[in-house]
Amino acid sequence: MDFLRPGSWAEALEAKAALPDAVPIAGGTDVMVEINFDHRRPPALLDLNRVAELAEWSERDGRVRLGAGVPYARIIAELGDRLPGLAMASRTVGSPQIRNRGTVGGNLGAASPAGDSHPVLLATDADVEVASTRGVRMVPAVEFYRGVKRNALEPDELVAAVHLDVARGPQQFAKVGTRNAMVIAVCAFGLALHPDRGRVGTGIGSAAPTPRRATEAEEFLAAELADTGLWESRGPLAESVRRRFGELVARAASPIDDVRATAAYRRHALSVLARRTLGWVWDQYREGGWSACA
Amino acid sequence: MRVTFTVNGERREADDVWEGESLLYVLRERLGLPGSKNACEQGECGSCTVYLDGVPVCSCLVAAGQAQDREVRTVEGLAEGEDRLDPVQEAFVEAGAVQCGFCTPGLLVAAHDLIARTGQPSDAEIREALAGNLCRCTGYEKIMEAVRLAAARRAETRGGSPEVGP
Repeated sequence: MDFLRPGSWAEALEAKAALPDAVPIAGGTDVMVEINFDHRRPPALLDLNRVAELAEWSERDGRVRLGAGVPYARIIAELGDRLPGLAMASRTVGSPQIRNRGTVGGNLGAASPAGDSHPVLLATDADVEVASTRGVRMVPAVEFYRGVKRNALEPDELVAAVHLDVARGPQQFAKVGTRNAMVIAVCAFGLALHPDRGRVGTGIGSAAPTPRRATEAEEFLAAELADTGLWESRGPLAESVRRRFGELVARAASPIDDVRATAAYRRHALSVLARRTLGWVWDQYREGGWSACA
Repeated sequence: MRVTFTVNGERREADDVWEGESLLYVLRERLGLPGSKNACEQGECGSCTVYLDGVPVCSCLVAAGQAQDREVRTVEGLAEGEDRLDPVQEAFVEAGAVQCGFCTPGLLVAAHDLIARTGQPSDAEIREALAGNLCRCTGYEKIMEAVRLAAARRAETRGGSPEVGP
């Protein structure tokens, strides 16, 4: 095995181009488990810890560019106001030790359907910035997940960053597990209201081969809010609407029975998470200073 | 490969390190520092917790090569010299927070970090900070007591805190 230690992003891309089978390692919270348990013997590890620019984030024109190597602990500490949904999801990742090392870039690279950041990236219409020596391309999160632990990366590509809008509406994330730490999600749900665009964003985790949106639920709720004038009036949301939203989210999932839960439980739990998080974001919207679309 | 990094303030070198090897393995098997414990090898139990550049991490999930030129502080580096324990260690002894002792090194590092960052942690904050460290003996109550004790003492030595409860 080789251990490649690029000192810059350009060097990292060159190394990946020269040896496409090299496995990138940042926090190591997935890759090292596979190596420790003999599940993986890559020809090389490509250490990204030394690439300083990966651990930076910046904000421009209402959009955050989050470097792929910013650990969850820093997202929680530094970005809770701009990216509340992602910060909430980050708080549910592993344990303090894991959050000190794990990154959104790693979540995307691993592309596990249970990755905690995915539902929020979907709900907030995030874009994944992907790079190689051939150039840079932007992949919408919704097109990034291609199968169980498969993503849209070409063999010579690395995840550079994630681009997300600074929240212009309330966001929530909820996750079901057996305890409050070190939990691989039984199922998870991310929800973002985009009142400026009259859009509702959703993301389902751990209840389908890939993280996915609940498109029908998004459209139902956006239409409901528009047709009844609720974006402007900020009136209370009928229980029937919340319930219907939960049903549509559950319907969008295609869960399986596994060691963590049955498919039926996941579907039921998702409908509950969706209904609850909708109640929370709507309360926040009614109380907060968010502006609605004209 | 050779890996060179600072451990507990001392420059150390390890040779013939396999590229897939963990920092934990290097510490225990190559540098003679068996304080950090090897249990789950998947970041679940926290027994291998060390500081990496001042941040607590599971050393089983750090590739040895990633530690190159960086600073590692293990449980062996918490005490000042041979016979002066860190206040967190003293509190663990006094509160009886140790049974079989296997989880203790990781808990000490995690608690040490919490107390360094937070003046007077609430019980919820202590539980959250220790959520990545599993103990199968104690039921955690004595560990909670030890951390409360260490935090209260630290607050006192910092000039006293009127909020210290009974």
